[in-house]
Amino acid sequence: MATLALEGIRKSFGPVEVLHGIDLDVADGEMIVMVGASGCGKSTLLRLVAGLEVPTEGRILIGGRDVTALEPAERDIAMVFQNYALYPHMTVFGNMAYGLKIRGLPRAEIARRVQEAADLLGIGALLDRRPRQLSGGQRQRVAMGRAIVREPKLFLFDEPLSNLDAKLRVQMRAEIRRLQRRLGVTSLFVTHDQTEAMTLGDRLVVMNAGRAAQVATPMQVWSRPADVFVAGFIGSPAMNFLDATLTHGGTAATLRAGPVLPFADGRRAGPEGMGLVLGIRPEHVLAAAPGEAGEWEAAVTVVVELAEPLGSETVLHGRLPDGEELTARLPAAEVPALGGAAQVSLALRLPAAALHVFEASGGRRLDPVA
Amino acid sequence: MQRKAIFGGRALPYALLLPQLAVTLVFFFWPAGMALYQSVLREDPFGLAAEFVWFENFAEVLSDPGYLQSLRTTAVFAASVTLLSLSAGLFLAVQADKVRRGAGLYRTLLIWPYAVAPAVAAVLWLFLFHPEIGLLGRALNAAGIPWDYRLNGGQAMALVVLAASWKQVSYNFLFFLAGLHAIPASVLEAAAIDGAKPVRRFWTVVFPLLSPTTFFLLVVNLVYAFFDTFGVIHALTRGGPGNATETLIYRVYVDGVDNLDLGGSAAQSVILMAIVVALTAIQFRYIERRVHY
Repeated sequence: MATLALEGIRKSFGPVEVLHGIDLDVADGEMIVMVGASGCGKSTLLRLVAGLEVPTEGRILIGGRDVTALEPAERDIAMVFQNYALYPHMTVFGNMAYGLKIRGLPRAEIARRVQEAADLLGIGALLDRRPRQLSGGQRQRVAMGRAIVREPKLFLFDEPLSNLDAKLRVQMRAEIRRLQRRLGVTSLFVTHDQTEAMTLGDRLVVMNAGRAAQVATPMQVWSRPADVFVAGFIGSPAMNFLDATLTHGGTAATLRAGPVLPFADGRRAGPEGMGLVLGIRPEHVLAAAPGEAGEWEAAVTVVVELAEPLGSETVLHGRLPDGEELTARLPAAEVPALGGAAQVSLALRLPAAALHVFEASGGRRLDPVA
Repeated sequence: MQRKAIFGGRALPYALLLPQLAVTLVFFFWPAGMALYQSVLREDPFGLAAEFVWFENFAEVLSDPGYLQSLRTTAVFAASVTLLSLSAGLFLAVQADKVRRGAGLYRTLLIWPYAVAPAVAAVLWLFLFHPEIGLLGRALNAAGIPWDYRLNGGQAMALVVLAASWKQVSYNFLFFLAGLHAIPASVLEAAAIDGAKPVRRFWTVVFPLLSPTTFFLLVVNLVYAFFDTFGVIHALTRGGPGNATETLIYRVYVDGVDNLDLGGSAAQSVILMAIVVALTAIQFRYIERRVHY
């Protein structure tokens, strides 16, 4: 158990820089999830922490000790790989005992620890099997077991759930979280799945093109995304983005589609007419009769292009008069019957309180001036 | 998952098989049949008269101390060639696997010896180790180490083993390299994280995972050492000095062509055929079953 600190980590492969300076402080026992699209550098960052790659610049400290120049073996970490990377020629026991044997632990101690970890993971009866005789979920558990018997300072997970079927993934997700809490081992978890990220992490590192776009708790990331990328990446269906300009002395935004939206939380600093991007999550868009919009709302009319019924809710994909797309997630009862060849127009309300304001240039979040 | 091709008539599939069958018939079944037939005959050297003698030839061959000596020589030779060429091939494959830049060049260069004809390879080694004209042969003698493979049986054996192995290293190298490529990188990374240093990683993870390749090559190399090394021995030592490098296959030639004992030579051929059949059977049985892990 230990803290982890990354200081100004840069990594280049040949002329291509894939990580542009990552700083991160992880508290003892914390579970950090690194999430981002493929190619954003999250796996590279994990491999740097593991010692499988060497950073071009920067320092890595585990428990306050600089491990940047150390071999993976000397870092006292354990890693669970996406393809599990079990030793195919060893039994489950052999797989879990391998690291302990190398450390020269006495046989009885090895047997005790392996048995303990196996029982914890519910694979106690499989110790004599070979990996190829196991199901995907069982292999996943063995890989976990191999990590926990070592009692390392740090757990690293490289998309360990992505090879499992949907049901098993949900189950293992909860199990990993329980296990990590119980053992209290500092962990780094890499995934491209936002649901995994939201449910597993004490804090998220949302990665975008080799940079940490935001480091915050899942709820902070969801409710106060740091920029347009984070806002669009976290949440499903994805957040709507509408072009607007800053008007009314910084107290309101005028949508390109026409309506004016006052800011519910205060004035934004910036020149009149500055370009903005307004974000609103589909679940915050409300249905309304025409002309019903209140003071802190904007009324818009969309032409419905597609309706996806999900049971209790329906996801509507519509288009504003100026051509921008708007997605709304509405209770099924509020959605009028759709069908036939005729185009259906629908009045919607955009509540000002649910609005996220971003600068059009750069995409940074624009908070109200105090 | 095998797909069956559907042919309209019966003639076409047979016609397609015919060339391969013809080659096998003419170059294997016919001579093999002749060998079987001759192995139970006693013929005079000029082929004018033949007498049917049942298994007398086999009895003679197997009770001949020279033949048993030749069997021992072959065992030593085959074991040495297999061990040497396998370990050299594995070593080179592991080294080449580490190389990133110019990997293709190394690979091509290491494969070349396989394209050299056995007799040419032997001459090459002869020019190296001949005590009077060979570079290394002269150097050894000059350094005070008496070296003459034409007189010293042990040295002769060492030389033919060296030459025969050199030919086979390329083949082993290729298969080992392919085998190394088939090992997932993440398994090695897992071992590294588990704390295994490179040497330990090799013996506890890489080598066991190569065992299917190793086993396949073991059989192939044994077959090679038993049957495909005639050219090397013939060009270097002609089985000598004495009978120091006379392997079974070389003895078949000596008895048949030099001594004109056609029946005895045929009987030896039949015994060799039985050995190769046994080796192939073992190989198929285990390769098919993939017993390794």
